[in-house]
Amino acid sequence: MLLTDQDWQAIRLTLHLASVVTLLLLLMVTPLAWWLAQTQSRLKAPVSALVAMPLVLPPTVIGFYLLIAMGPDGWLGQVTQALGLGLLPFTFEGLVVASLVYSLPFVVQPIQNAFESMGQRPLEVAATLRAGPWDRFFTIALPQARRGFFSAAVLGFAHTIGEFGVVLMIGGNIAGETRVVSVQLYDHVEALQYEQAHWLAGVMLVLCFTLLLGLSLVQKRAGWSGMKYGA
Amino acid sequence: MVPESNADQMRIHIRLDFAEDGFSLCLDTRLPLKGVTAIFGRSGSGKTSLLRCLAGLETRCQGSIYLGDQCWQAKGYRLPTHKRPLGYVFQEASLFEHLSVRGNLDYARKRAWQQVTDEEYHHILDLMGIEPLLQRRSYQLSGGERQRVAIARALLIKPSLLLMDEPLAALDQARKQEILPYLEQLKANALLPILYVSHALEEVSRLADTLLVLESGQLKAQGAAGALLASLDCPLPTGEEPGVLLEGSIVERDQQWNLVKIAFDGGELWLSQSESWHSGPMRVRILARDVSLTLAEHQDSSILNRLPGVVRALQKESDGAMILVRLSVGNTALLARISRRSAVHLGLCEGKSVWVQIKSAALVR
Amino acid sequence: MPVTNLLPLPRLAALILLLFARPLLAGQTQVAVAANFSQTMQRIVEDFQQQSGHRVGLSFGSSGKFYAQIRQGAPFEVLLSADSEKPAALEKAGLTVNGQRFTYAMGTLALWSALDNISVQGADILSGGDFNRLALANPRLAPYGLAAMQVLDTLKLTQLTRHKWVLGENIGQTYQFVATGNAELGFVALSQLLARNIPSDQYWQIPATLHQPIRQDAVLLSTGRNNPAAIQLLAFLQGEKARRTIREHGYTLPPEKPAVQP
Repeated sequence: MLLTDQDWQAIRLTLHLASVVTLLLLLMVTPLAWWLAQTQSRLKAPVSALVAMPLVLPPTVIGFYLLIAMGPDGWLGQVTQALGLGLLPFTFEGLVVASLVYSLPFVVQPIQNAFESMGQRPLEVAATLRAGPWDRFFTIALPQARRGFFSAAVLGFAHTIGEFGVVLMIGGNIAGETRVVSVQLYDHVEALQYEQAHWLAGVMLVLCFTLLLGLSLVQKRAGWSGMKYGA
Repeated sequence: MVPESNADQMRIHIRLDFAEDGFSLCLDTRLPLKGVTAIFGRSGSGKTSLLRCLAGLETRCQGSIYLGDQCWQAKGYRLPTHKRPLGYVFQEASLFEHLSVRGNLDYARKRAWQQVTDEEYHHILDLMGIEPLLQRRSYQLSGGERQRVAIARALLIKPSLLLMDEPLAALDQARKQEILPYLEQLKANALLPILYVSHALEEVSRLADTLLVLESGQLKAQGAAGALLASLDCPLPTGEEPGVLLEGSIVERDQQWNLVKIAFDGGELWLSQSESWHSGPMRVRILARDVSLTLAEHQDSSILNRLPGVVRALQKESDGAMILVRLSVGNTALLARISRRSAVHLGLCEGKSVWVQIKSAALVR
Repeated sequence: MPVTNLLPLPRLAALILLLFARPLLAGQTQVAVAANFSQTMQRIVEDFQQQSGHRVGLSFGSSGKFYAQIRQGAPFEVLLSADSEKPAALEKAGLTVNGQRFTYAMGTLALWSALDNISVQGADILSGGDFNRLALANPRLAPYGLAAMQVLDTLKLTQLTRHKWVLGENIGQTYQFVATGNAELGFVALSQLLARNIPSDQYWQIPATLHQPIRQDAVLLSTGRNNPAAIQLLAFLQGEKARRTIREHGYTLPPEKPAVQP
């Protein structure tokens, strides 16, 4: 194989990062998406807009502000230091936090859409069948929004893998800690090592293609096909 | 499920005030919780809102609701939907798409107010004729099948009261005919009191014991279904013909002419025989336009049913050409719709004796 | 384009044409400039435009990207690289005008901390190890990074400090790591510190003897072969006025008159 150990290390690190970020996002975002889908509060519009902000700002700009926020004088840095966690930049945990911010809208929106397109009716039906609010959420809302969760997971995962600007800003390019594939690839290109770059990009593409293809086959087998994606 | 003896005395007391987007619902009534009570009115009259308020699905509705002495809603208090002992059948069959038919039924059975025995379970499945559908998913069912599953599901929760919001409205004529017998079975089995919202006179005629007529969010009339439908001023939804409902039973079958004789309080009627006829109480619907009047009995007419009657009231229709005549035949009320000119020509007035010719009558059950 | 002759055309059409029109009276050239030299180059170009009347379009970015773009036919006529390898590679690929490659500036390295409680007065702080991170530009990509690593090698501190390295993709990012305090220490370019008026007691200017010179080379690309504006700009860049500006911004220059690299 034409990939170096460092390349493989970057691939492992990237997949690890994307998995951790996707899992955390699904857990954290579900209540938020549920609230956004259900609420009639006036806060809905500003909160939705806030969630979409990472889409607006260029990744390097997000990275720059995260670098400041996570720094010794930044509010996030003050918090992590007070908690005895030290500073986040240049650590794997820092990348996780940054990726959470960056991939947030990609995970919130499919789930929110799935909750919204489900409508109130199934929940009303469940209420007339003696299901309380939590019961309704777990037995009706979650399973009916499963396609939304699936697309959210795929988008969140893929987006974290492809993330570059933010990582570049706060990663510090430390092998095995923050040197993910996108950075490694960038380094190859910048160092004019195009062949190495082609191999790494190729392997990464094949790997992710296989992974996503496998996921959607699983989805199809689970009987979710024949229905509208994300509906 | 409420024991039979208790259900007899049970009433639901509703005082509601609900306004939204230019529509308002305002009523104060007590309904007996026995048999089928139809909430009848044209679309937009507030029928569905009333049902949703009763179920607690309309959070902005003000007022009070008491089921017997159980408070469902009062000032500053609202029992959440999932704590009200009711079953609800929605207009469009709302099966959970992520569950099979069995999954949908079990969802209710697991949460039932009282334990559902296997015997009861199969009885309900049998009643709705859905046993063969258990393994299917909702998108594999026809509209009628879905609605039957939805009704079974609402029954399996073992509610004290079943609310049905136009359960047939989303179905075509053939599907309606498919489901109506199941609803009649349900009524005949007297499992529980039912509030049945509808704008279709046919359904109401076949099912209702009590009628509650709504118009623009106001209570227009309330009473026994037969008596109310025979009144001249019963407000009917657009497109529905005035007519009456007779209770009777088959007393004779004429195989030669393929006819049956129905006896009711005030006379007898010959109707063409149909295989679905069964013994026991019957309902016959006679539309006002199918009733004509003569002063003498016409033996030479093709019309089979001729009954002596007395004019009780006359009411001009809004177009001025037609007139609605209320008659009594024995103890039964009938309606006839004739031209005003004929009425003048015959000299119709209150107390006048006439012959009532019934061109056709439909057996509704 | 003779815009003044468009008498009968509607105003809107004239306006649209104006948007696309390039004045031909004076010359025009498009220049790719290494990001670290952007401020200095802007000053130089101001002077040049005033003196010559030519217009100069400047693009700032990473030398590696410019290299890739030029190889794919990007419309640059002059490249001011951050290193000497890329102009040499372009020359080898036959994309430049021979004899028009020279060192326009040499970078000066500085060891800096943005924190008040850390004073940087020499190499002692590096061997002392009393800092969380040491930022340097990626030696694989950035000449300043390579030089920083040479400094550490010369001082025999590479092994001691390696676990504290954080690498910026370029010298600009390295500066941000240090400026935000996330890295308590870092090798940055003197030109960056001067541009932001950082007092000289906060950094240690690295003696040029500790590393190979950081040569930043300029080259005339084949596309600019016959463009007087491009040729004159390169000449201006080697003139006394430009050299003074370059020195003021924290760069040094080759001792002799700038010579073509062998």
